Amino acid sequence: MEEMKDIILEYVIEEYLEDEDEELTYDTPLISGGIVDSFSMVSLKRFLENKYKISIPDDKATPEAFDNVNKIVALVNEFTA
Amino acid sequence: MILEEIVIGSVTSVCKHRGDFMSNIGSYNDRVKNFDWSISEKELGYKDGDNINIGWYCSDRICEMGKADKTALIWEGLGGKEKQYTFNDVRLASNTIGAFLKFLGIADGDRVCLFMDKIPELYFSFLGGLKIGAIVQPLFSAFGEESLFVRLENAQTKAIITQRKHVGKVRRILEKSNFLKDIIIVDDQGKKPLREREIAFSLETANPVENLDIFPSKAESPSVLHYTSGTTGQPKGVQHVHYSLISQYLTTKWVLDLQENDVYWCTADPGWVTGTSYGIIGPWSLGITQCVLDTGFSARSWYEFINKHKVTVWYSAPTAIRSLMKAGDDLVKEYDLSTLRHLASVGEPLNSEAVIWSEKVFGHAFLDTYWQTETGSMMLTNFPDMKIKPGSMGKPFPGITATVVDNKTFEPIKEPGKIGLIAFKPGWPSMMRTYWNNEETYKSKFKNGWYLPGDRSSIDKDGYFWFVGRDDDVINTGGHLVSPFEVESALLEHEMVAESAVVAKPDEVNMEVVKAFVTLTPGIEANPDIELKIMNFIRKKLSPLAMPQEIEFVQNLPKTRSGKIMRRLLHAKEWGEEIGDTSTLEDDD
Repeated sequence: MEEMKDIILEYVIEEYLEDEDEELTYDTPLISGGIVDSFSMVSLKRFLENKYKISIPDDKATPEAFDNVNKIVALVNEFTA
Repeated sequence: MILEEIVIGSVTSVCKHRGDFMSNIGSYNDRVKNFDWSISEKELGYKDGDNINIGWYCSDRICEMGKADKTALIWEGLGGKEKQYTFNDVRLASNTIGAFLKFLGIADGDRVCLFMDKIPELYFSFLGGLKIGAIVQPLFSAFGEESLFVRLENAQTKAIITQRKHVGKVRRILEKSNFLKDIIIVDDQGKKPLREREIAFSLETANPVENLDIFPSKAESPSVLHYTSGTTGQPKGVQHVHYSLISQYLTTKWVLDLQENDVYWCTADPGWVTGTSYGIIGPWSLGITQCVLDTGFSARSWYEFINKHKVTVWYSAPTAIRSLMKAGDDLVKEYDLSTLRHLASVGEPLNSEAVIWSEKVFGHAFLDTYWQTETGSMMLTNFPDMKIKPGSMGKPFPGITATVVDNKTFEPIKEPGKIGLIAFKPGWPSMMRTYWNNEETYKSKFKNGWYLPGDRSSIDKDGYFWFVGRDDDVINTGGHLVSPFEVESALLEHEMVAESAVVAKPDEVNMEVVKAFVTLTPGIEANPDIELKIMNFIRKKLSPLAMPQEIEFVQNLPKTRSGKIMRRLLHAKEWGEEIGDTSTLEDDD
């Protein structure tokens, strides 16, 4: 679980965080915080699907479900369990 | 169901919601009969030949009218952080930025790019730049470095005002940038050293400039340079002039119906034309309080925002409205949104379901408005107190001569319901004056005395316009235009891509999204990781809007006999349209 959290956090920092000075935590709002926009969410979803060999239905891939790393981990776990 | 049969928001029902309010426009038909743009000129105290500086009109003039202490801007950022500014604050802040630009050597006619999120400095810089006669060039802060570079080079931009978080993109293009002289960072905390050409500027520590010499702009003096995408070629800089104020003021007053005590919320980003025409110029030239939410989208935060700030007039976009619909009706009931009295929409066609839904949950229908970057202000709209037909763009704004024309003869089509190209008779104040350094393309937009915005429509027997679609391959995603050419060009820069074709794909929320068909370089096998790499490559290089939401790897792309990729064939496939006789498509046209 911790490993998954860190992998996702690192990916978000690497791919989406523009502000080098901003510190990202597992609870930092990603979508509502403007770090990942709704268009970019598609690429984040694709990353999760590729990495964890899952398929996340579109109706589950909501801005709320992607709004922080903790929520994303919970979502991924729904489909990997 | 025939859309025209669903008629809601009649005069009676609209008046019921409006209480004692009389709409600013009154009778649409009377306004059309007696219209002259001098109505706007008189209200603004402008006469032919006078100075007309948008920066002054939106701040100093409002203060001179006795509204210096009235709230101009309520800004809210992440975590509920809030700031409020009066019109006098706006006047001083824009003066201070204008003076700083002058200090740096920015002169009238120089291009100054605004590359910021929706922070207060963006709004003040817009006015400050205009006050000193500079041409302001707002760019969407989510643009990737290539998108930024192309637009700065095309405009030969001298200075860019940005935030620390975006400065990395500017640094990466600096070496190849031929014109950029100053990089002004408005929120530098001094934690890291500044680099070549960078300069920190903070409104919080700068001495407010009480008196600034306002540049004596005339009607035809250049003001704003917005960039827009076309099917072919690089993005085009749409050149507007200070006289655009005449259109923007009156359309704001009559269509958005802003009145003295309104709290107005335009959700658009000033990186795009709606965010400047109706997110700065329109409301502030009327002296109206507006609010700005500078966070990412969430239905809950939007409702909280309306609730908290008691928003009365709301101008938004179909993509956002459809996203709110998806979030459900129950969420709406958690908030007191009873202050809302007037809603309007822009960016892409507003589907009838969204109109009907908004009437149901907010008690008011979103009224669709149609215009584009080049027109500078609303052209076809639904008006307060006018019978609306959900799904229709409404009728021409008074003073606008609009029709649909045949796509070959460019003669107006008289027959109701027949589809043609939307056409406007040139001559309204906010019409673009040219494309920056691209007069040839500008001229190509006019046929037989009509300006053609590039969309198809029909007009019904009552004079309402019904949007059909684009007349070219440009992709309208979430209300933003994306050039397939620009995405294809960027794709070819990826080492694994051999060829590509980019088309629009239907999307429930965004109307259209970008889809790419790609052939890979020999020896590379398609797999999901490659797809993701290419998506991220485009997202960073161009923008999240331009990132293909789907990539289909193919062995070959359909081509004409001379080798030109047949985008139309791929588009038809995506939209489930009849392809017909492909032999005709194989000919170049």
